[in-house]
Amino acid sequence: MGLFIAQLLTGLANAATLFLVASGLSLIFGVTRIVNFAHGSFYMLGAFVGYSLMQVLPGAIGFWASVLLSGLIVGLIGVVVEMLVLRPVYKAPELFQLVATFGVILVIQDLALMIWGAEDLLGPRAPGLKGVVRIMGEPVPLYDLALIAMTPFVLFALWYLIARTRLGVLVRAATQDREMVAALGVNQAWLFTGVFFLGAALAGLGGAIQLPKGGADLLMDFNILAAIFVVVVIGGMGSLPGAYIAAVLISVLNVFGVSYLPQSTLVLMFVVMAVVLTIRPYGLLGREEVAGEHGQVGEPDRPIKPAGVRARVIVGIGLLLLLALPMADSHFLVILATDIIIFALFAASLHFLLGLGGLVSFGHAAFFGAGAYVAALLVSHANAPMELAFLLAPVGAGMAALIIGWLCLRLTGVYFAMLTLALAQLLWSLVFQWDEFTGGDDGLVNIWPAKWLSEANSYFYFTAIVGVGGIILLRHMAHSPFGFALRAARDSQRQAEATGIDTKRVQWMAFTVAGVLAGVAGGLFVFSKGSVFPNELEIAKSFDGLIVVFLGGVKTLSGGVVGAASLELVKDYLTRFEYWRLALGLLIIFVVIVAPTGIVGSLRSLLERVRGSST
Amino acid sequence: MKYRSRLSAVAILVASTVVSITGALTGVAQAAEPIKVGEINHYKRMAAFAGPYKNGIELALEEINAQGGVLERPLEFIFRDDQGKPGEAIKIAEELVSRDEVVMLTGTILSNIGLALSSFAAEKKVVYLASEPLADALVWEAGNDYTFRLRASTYMQAAMLAEEAAKTDAVTYATIAPNYAYGKDAVAAFKKALTALRPDVEFVAEQWPALFKIDAGAEAQAIERAKPDAIFNVTFGGDLAKFVREGTTRGLFDGRNVYGLLTGEPEYLEPLADEAPVGWTVTGYPWYDFESGANKVFVDAYMERFDDSPKIGSLVGYMTAQSIAAAIKRAGSTEMESIREAFIGLEVDTPVGSIVFRSQDHQATMGAFVGTTALQDGAGVMVDWTYKEGANYLPSDEEVAAMRPASQ
Repeated sequence: MGLFIAQLLTGLANAATLFLVASGLSLIFGVTRIVNFAHGSFYMLGAFVGYSLMQVLPGAIGFWASVLLSGLIVGLIGVVVEMLVLRPVYKAPELFQLVATFGVILVIQDLALMIWGAEDLLGPRAPGLKGVVRIMGEPVPLYDLALIAMTPFVLFALWYLIARTRLGVLVRAATQDREMVAALGVNQAWLFTGVFFLGAALAGLGGAIQLPKGGADLLMDFNILAAIFVVVVIGGMGSLPGAYIAAVLISVLNVFGVSYLPQSTLVLMFVVMAVVLTIRPYGLLGREEVAGEHGQVGEPDRPIKPAGVRARVIVGIGLLLLLALPMADSHFLVILATDIIIFALFAASLHFLLGLGGLVSFGHAAFFGAGAYVAALLVSHANAPMELAFLLAPVGAGMAALIIGWLCLRLTGVYFAMLTLALAQLLWSLVFQWDEFTGGDDGLVNIWPAKWLSEANSYFYFTAIVGVGGIILLRHMAHSPFGFALRAARDSQRQAEATGIDTKRVQWMAFTVAGVLAGVAGGLFVFSKGSVFPNELEIAKSFDGLIVVFLGGVKTLSGGVVGAASLELVKDYLTRFEYWRLALGLLIIFVVIVAPTGIVGSLRSLLERVRGSST
Repeated sequence: MKYRSRLSAVAILVASTVVSITGALTGVAQAAEPIKVGEINHYKRMAAFAGPYKNGIELALEEINAQGGVLERPLEFIFRDDQGKPGEAIKIAEELVSRDEVVMLTGTILSNIGLALSSFAAEKKVVYLASEPLADALVWEAGNDYTFRLRASTYMQAAMLAEEAAKTDAVTYATIAPNYAYGKDAVAAFKKALTALRPDVEFVAEQWPALFKIDAGAEAQAIERAKPDAIFNVTFGGDLAKFVREGTTRGLFDGRNVYGLLTGEPEYLEPLADEAPVGWTVTGYPWYDFESGANKVFVDAYMERFDDSPKIGSLVGYMTAQSIAAAIKRAGSTEMESIREAFIGLEVDTPVGSIVFRSQDHQATMGAFVGTTALQDGAGVMVDWTYKEGANYLPSDEEVAAMRPASQ
């Protein structure tokens, strides 16, 4: 019994940080509709700033003052980020801002490395709270009790702010209908900035308050990201009490998981999320999103049309040049081009789903990885010839997409995105955990192509034909009746249904098609590298795909491919420098600001302006 | 951006053409050309570890080149960051081999990237010296003709600790290890080595926190629940700090023997400062304790050059460059195949003594320092340490041969 209570208390104490950080994310999303990937970075900054302050400010008062000050400072950093980076892009397509926040992550990572150095910093202990008390014979750290006592006050203060003050009224109103609030004369810009301050400050507080239980290190930002997204989704987007309940639920379950199912540490959170979303699609305390509210922000999509003769000639010449690449006599250029084509196919498949289907998947890497692993497993376990393994890769990925798509498509919008993330993460942990079969994180090695393709040049031709073929196939589908139906379902589900389109089925098919082509990319990948590891299906890979699709231009047909090629080339160049993350982050932010409709979209507008023609 | 990327593509194209032309022209006058070695590492992802390692390499290179280099040519390393991704590492390896014309590859800390590079090495017939990755599979289950490994592997270090553990009367053990390959290998190796010496021991709890996401309070409670006599710890970095703090606060380590793999390495012990655990039996690197000999010479040279204390990574980096120089010297040429043959059975004089790259599995016999942790002047140190020869902690030749895939 004593142990049970002690474990419960540990869980409650762990929930404190999680709740603080997640509530900030939830607030920001609720009001601004920005999926703030940089929230983990604010949390990390809170820890670093808090650490530095605690070195200077002595005693118990200094400790708690440092915690509050870190919140304040990180809140102000949040304001700077909001005003410089996000304000210029509020009019951009929905979710485009996440690319900007991704740039912010990179910048903060390198700045933190410059300022605080590479070594992990061990957080100072809270003065006066270093000891333990015995509760029914079990030791419970005093600081844990302080955290447990504090959280409800924070929750109450936030609730009071939201429910009882004028600011709160505005925030709630903006959460429900931004345009209406603006129409009533509220200065939206400052409301957004204010919410961003609060959200970032909460993340900063969370970072500072966990110092006595941990410390500050450069991996904190990504490490907490998945967990806080899970908490926000389980609780219901925008619901603070929901976030609290979810944080407690996750933390307490985790403590018992650690004791009774020690191997569960990787998946537990995602299993809980998948279960909750299956039973309550909008989280524990979330409300169904009002239809149309989150639909199309900014300029509506233009109708697409097949490329004109001139465009075809240009692309044709480009392809011929590509095929002539091996003649440049640079082995590495061929390798680089192979990598780029594979990534472009992956991005194009995601773009098909995102741009044409309006289905934002946060877990697309699952199918890339599934393709790669199916091929690799066939080669290592069944000794399958490369050709057969390669053919079966998209089949396996397609099957995974069929199942995951069926589960996820019952949800829409951000909840759909989060469920794809959760299921992708489940697949990842399956691969990661099941060493005997998948090699765990030691991966599967020695998966090389057949003899006739073992030369870099021949593999390049193989990749070019399959990869470019896949991209053209996707483009072709966009112009087929299937593509039309898919776009109809995206733009107005109700009208599409009324014309007799089974929208869910069309979307399900699109999800599967995207999965199959991502699987082809995965198959190409595994034979070009000779090995595959679980990182090919982790969250970061899915995010890479999202970034390039948005960067290229989600509302253009070629956005995915152009974005992928540009980013890969730039990355290949920049990673040669020491502070490449800073440079890349700044470059991404720059592109986001000058080209808010993506590279292709903005080039197109520019071209039109130069020609003086309008659509 | 599109414009810029095109520009950079053009720049790359031009640069590569220039390089290939000049390469062809200067082929005759190669005498003064440096011998290039490609080094791939996670300079950003694991900055705290890769930095001191790189320093170690640079120190060795300066010494080697001051004495006239290798084969009368200067030795040069090209350092590249792989972002911690295996796929990226392979791409860089291709570039280093084809464009920079390196004579061999080395590097990586993370085991998975080491394994990816070793597979690449075998397929493309490029020599690869895995300097830091610890995975046993590198030289055994996934071993190949072109891969060599310098550092004492997971198995070797776990076996050293198991030997110490077997000397005590502890019967019940709990293990805690990060939930990924290195952690699993370490626990398996420790169990195997310990039960071989002491068939009566029993493992009563196995904890598997997610790497760098430990819930230390919960883990401490779970271990306490099993009431073991002794604990085998494999957590490191931030996880270790949290585990030590929660465990100490809750009295988990009181009256228990604790064995910590790598815990004594300065990389992990230093950040703990005055909260470093006391009385743990660990493997590590007591650079502060050398009084004379080659170890001392290296430590002094390092501190003089970088104004910073060496880490275990610094030592490994130094020995990496030494080993490569020795191999090229022995090969007498920069041909890949001769370097490969030179590595087999290669003897190198290093700060920790003479090591041999074994012919049966290409594992070097570099050992590890085993000692007990203590606090001195508010910092964690290793005391009563001994250096254990790596050669004594490897499985028998038959076992090794059974594990290694048939040599091509």
